[in-house]
Amino acid sequence: MSRETILSVRDLKVHFPVKGGINRPSGTVKAVDGVSFDVVAGETVAVVGESGCGKSTTGNAILSLAPITAGEVHFNGQDIARMKPAERKTLWRDLQVVFQDPVSALNPKRTIAQSIAEPLAINGYSRQEQDTRVDELVALVGLNQSQRDRYPNELSGGQRQRVVIARALALNPKLVICDEPVSALDVSIQSQILNLLMELQERLGLSYLFISHDLSVVRHLADRVIVMYLGTIVEEAQTDELFANPRHPYTRALLSAIPEPDPIVQRAKKPIPLQGELPSPLNPPAGCPFVTRCPLREEACSTIRPELTPDPASPEHHFACLVEARAVPVTF
Amino acid sequence: MEAAAERSTAAALQVEDLKVSIGGKMVVDGVDLEVGQSEIVALVGESGSGKSLSALSIMGLLGGKLERSARSIRLGDEAIEGYGDAQMRHLRGDAMSMIFQEPVASLNPLMSVGEQVSESLIVHGHASRSEAWDKAVKMLADVGIPEPERRARQFPAELSGGMCQRVMIASALIARPRLLIADEPTTALDVTIQAQILELMKRLRDETGTSVLIITHDMGVVAALADKVCVMYGGRIVEQAEVFEIFRNPSHPYTKLLLSTIPKLGGTRKEALFSIKGTVPDLNSWPEGCRFRTRCPLADEKCAERPPFISVDGEGDHRSACWHMDRLEELA
Repeated sequence: MSRETILSVRDLKVHFPVKGGINRPSGTVKAVDGVSFDVVAGETVAVVGESGCGKSTTGNAILSLAPITAGEVHFNGQDIARMKPAERKTLWRDLQVVFQDPVSALNPKRTIAQSIAEPLAINGYSRQEQDTRVDELVALVGLNQSQRDRYPNELSGGQRQRVVIARALALNPKLVICDEPVSALDVSIQSQILNLLMELQERLGLSYLFISHDLSVVRHLADRVIVMYLGTIVEEAQTDELFANPRHPYTRALLSAIPEPDPIVQRAKKPIPLQGELPSPLNPPAGCPFVTRCPLREEACSTIRPELTPDPASPEHHFACLVEARAVPVTF
Repeated sequence: MEAAAERSTAAALQVEDLKVSIGGKMVVDGVDLEVGQSEIVALVGESGSGKSLSALSIMGLLGGKLERSARSIRLGDEAIEGYGDAQMRHLRGDAMSMIFQEPVASLNPLMSVGEQVSESLIVHGHASRSEAWDKAVKMLADVGIPEPERRARQFPAELSGGMCQRVMIASALIARPRLLIADEPTTALDVTIQAQILELMKRLRDETGTSVLIITHDMGVVAALADKVCVMYGGRIVEQAEVFEIFRNPSHPYTKLLLSTIPKLGGTRKEALFSIKGTVPDLNSWPEGCRFRTRCPLADEKCAERPPFISVDGEGDHRSACWHMDRLEELA
């Protein structure tokens, strides 16, 4: 596998101005506030965190669906943050997206074949080329050829998500941003779609930016995991390393809270209690974003914003915590 | 509190042959259910399995063209299957109450938190307005809301989702009901908040002795909370057992397959997940006999006949409705 970096995000900021109202302060919501990471060809990078952490906004900013306030997004060597809309058109050949809800992602008045063919038509494929490619794609995602002329409402949720995936793959993209791709599906269907995503990656050498709140799913298919909290990255590591040796107190709390489908394991677990709630993104804490809820906090944490720093024991593992950085790393 | 002393030893809820139909189609098809005193029973299933309709029909909250019939529904010693609207209104919020998935949508946005929590005490004539308010403030403290006096005067929009679910639980439990029905109470919440709410529900059960029927699709939530588990598929309970038993020895192909499709934190990574073929059938395509047979690898002609719900352990505590229980190891 080549180790070519296909996506490189540097100090990305997405800030939204908020107008005040009755009982509502005005100000700026820093949805994403200085996020940097890379995605290498053929790799799955997961972005995890709870609602409001900025994981979806990060994905949307890369897709030009959210305005970039500052920072750079290099895709295929081009800085797409500063591209004009007309120039972005060619981008969609290589960069695609699968969203959570396949119902709203498909036009109810188009057949499955029409939906899948749309990116082909836009990119000047002839009728016959479109037809051939749709046939291939339908087979690729495990749909039945007889379903080509059906409408979305005639399909189940899992089948619709297959259609969305087929459409995303129509132009042979290099990177697919998957934003909670199985969260809206029934449990017995989720594993079908996860298997399909893994299989397609292997066959086509795709990269995924996999945005999810489900840490069990992330652990299963990601190569690397980025943990976000209140618009910033608090920890990043190879998947095995992150789950075996989480360093940031937020990551530890998050991992301890995953309900495991085994009563013996689950009832032996002690979730690390987090005090309070996520602070308002309008008024984030001055120092470490996690300081208001952190069990390890010290005085310095309220004033100094910790940088992502490598773990001396595992240089690919980065975390942003002043207290933990001083701790003796666990060695085996 | 006083009510607890008068309670007999009867089960909190006992349902026999519950049926819900729409336009002659049986959506819930003969459900038997028992929730013992202080017991937490999980009703597990995917969308369309009939789990939520079972709960709503027990509460007398079916709307539209949905019709309920049952041989018997007993709340403690009281037979309630023949109750009309007025009689059910006396029970709801008093002897039995319910909380829902969307806490924010379930609360009245124009009523203060304190008023909503105290409402059922006033409506049912258990307390004067000012007594009820004091009890509500105390109840808010019991469910872990900091500064309860101040919070009681606030409105739902001023509270986070996790806080709103605590408020829902407070208003459901303030009249000390015999039975609390919780329909996906943590599905809309983040994992760290989910862990807090599950912990809270357990603590309140221990302290008040309230029995809980929890409706969920999440096997992690079941593992964390339930004493007993009923698995629903296609409008029927297909398996029922004590929680450790059902995870250790799942005895219906659906339960066994469902448990093996879920990625586990201790499992292997990157490998194809186990999956159940096909999709959850909609009401109009439920097969005759065993409803799972169209997706079951063990199915044969025998399965066209409805399998009896028989004892697995010889004592009747663990039951399953499958003709091929002796061939379950073929699924491993």
